[in-house]
Amino acid sequence: MALIDKTARRHRWDTKFAPYGYVAPYFLIFGVFGLFPLLYTVWVSLQHRNLVESADAYFIWFSNYAQLFADPYFWNAMGNTLSLWLLTTVPQILFALGIAQLLNRKVRTRTLFRMGVILPNITSVAAVTIIFAQLFGRDFGLINWVLDLFGAGHIDWQAGTATSHIAIASMVVWRWTGYHALIFLASMQAIPSSLYEAATLDGANGRQQFWRITVPLLRPQIIFSTIIATTGNMRLLAEPLLFNPGAAAATGGSDRQFQTAALYLYEQGFSKWDFGYSSAIAVVLAIATIIVAGLGYLVTKRIRTE
Amino acid sequence: MTAVLERPAPVRPAGPSAKARRLARRVAGPWTYAALIAVLAGSAFPVYWSFVVSSQTPDAIDSVPPVLVPGGHLFENITRVFDTTDFALAMMNSIIVSGTVTLSVVFFSTLAGFAFAKLRFRGRNVLLLLIIGTQAIPTELGIIPLYMMMSEFGWAGEIHAVIVPGLVTAFGVFFMRQYFERAIPDELLEAGRMDGCHSLRLFWHIALPAARPAAAVLGLFTFMQAWNDFFWPLVVLTPENPTVQKALNELASGYTTDYTLVLTAATISTVPVLAVFLLFGRQIVGGIMSGAVKG
Repeated sequence: MALIDKTARRHRWDTKFAPYGYVAPYFLIFGVFGLFPLLYTVWVSLQHRNLVESADAYFIWFSNYAQLFADPYFWNAMGNTLSLWLLTTVPQILFALGIAQLLNRKVRTRTLFRMGVILPNITSVAAVTIIFAQLFGRDFGLINWVLDLFGAGHIDWQAGTATSHIAIASMVVWRWTGYHALIFLASMQAIPSSLYEAATLDGANGRQQFWRITVPLLRPQIIFSTIIATTGNMRLLAEPLLFNPGAAAATGGSDRQFQTAALYLYEQGFSKWDFGYSSAIAVVLAIATIIVAGLGYLVTKRIRTE
Repeated sequence: MTAVLERPAPVRPAGPSAKARRLARRVAGPWTYAALIAVLAGSAFPVYWSFVVSSQTPDAIDSVPPVLVPGGHLFENITRVFDTTDFALAMMNSIIVSGTVTLSVVFFSTLAGFAFAKLRFRGRNVLLLLIIGTQAIPTELGIIPLYMMMSEFGWAGEIHAVIVPGLVTAFGVFFMRQYFERAIPDELLEAGRMDGCHSLRLFWHIALPAARPAAAVLGLFTFMQAWNDFFWPLVVLTPENPTVQKALNELASGYTTDYTLVLTAATISTVPVLAVFLLFGRQIVGGIMSGAVKG
């Protein structure tokens, strides 16, 4: 009798409490090192906390935000962030759709091609940026050499706002397009081929089939990819930092022409050691990311599903 | 009924041309291959070019027209990298960080994923929603307080400052949970319970063996992500005790203008992930394609 009691008790303990033990490590570690710092950022953003001036911190409420909204460098960084968001996210999604369409044909050596498109995604952002910075070099860069062949002349990619944004965007697009292409490909393969056969009999050509059948049916994945890409592209840091490495790397170019908001956060936090101000940038950037992701959602949601 | 019968039988029209029929069967034509090969070349070129520069003498990088074939100076350049900076320490640190993080993420994700998919407990759905919600949060934005915490603990500059925050990921838990939902029939676990198996034994003897394919994919992704992580190691580590990515940053932003050296370091830094990729490319491709289709 006692034995059964004991087994029953153990069983009840097992079904009631053990599961919490299994999920606890995640919540503990994430809570302490993920969620807490994130929430605490808001708290720090209300403080004057500058490590260069003193070790003490005191509350100044919204002064950091007031200063931030009057800071031309901040608006410059936000402008660059939005410009880079547009230049990275839109081509990424469009190229990915095109590549997925190619991969969705019956292709020989398809594993080779699929691995090929995902190769850029596994390389590190630091290595990629260092490589691309050389390819975009002013005097001996390969890209300028090719442009020269076509008589286009040399471009000082780092110097201009537009040119530097294009160069940085190309790194991001190169690195992420394949990932989105595979996501789209997976869904394309689930589209019944009878839809295309019927459309062909109705005389629809490839282009019409792509825009009228494929794209509308991929709507959920396009929304997903747009949001994922947005959260990544709104906080670009390594690319602008390493595009012009050196002592003044954190300013993102001599005129801050490619300093992103994340890079400005880095400059204020870890080169000027103004943690309060830097935290305010983090909070505003987080809110801006949510707004832009929402915008991306609204745009992609409007893809027609007939 | 009659209406259908009376309709003229669809004459297999002279219509659909060979091209249209190919379109319907979706067989790749020569243009598709040409485009795919162009994409492949574009994907591989920057990595290839970096390798080419790494195998040439330092003046090759500035030559016009550019050098596009490998030379014989690879080992010389590699030696120079290891002589110039403590790249061996950086590699070692990155291996320790990525290895520990990978093992931990796979283990804790499998455990929690199993509980979420196959065990019933109060608050399960709320907790799961919390995990899905936190996946979207850019935790990088909490970097200032995280740095303050690490300084407080005396961990700043040490590699466990990089390891500990990476020990679990929301994505991992969610990914394993999705896998368990489909991979293990409830009846199997019920049978185990009837035999008096404790849930930990169910996990160990049924769930864990069944989880191997998904755990492997999760491990691959986690390893590559940890290896390539940039921002957090950049701020919390010191130039004297870096990970590979941090060392690359130091090398690129140092006083050296020897970009052959920097590119050689970049090439070396991609070797481990490239090796993983070449060995397990098929699984990585499959992982991305299956992780994307949520359901």
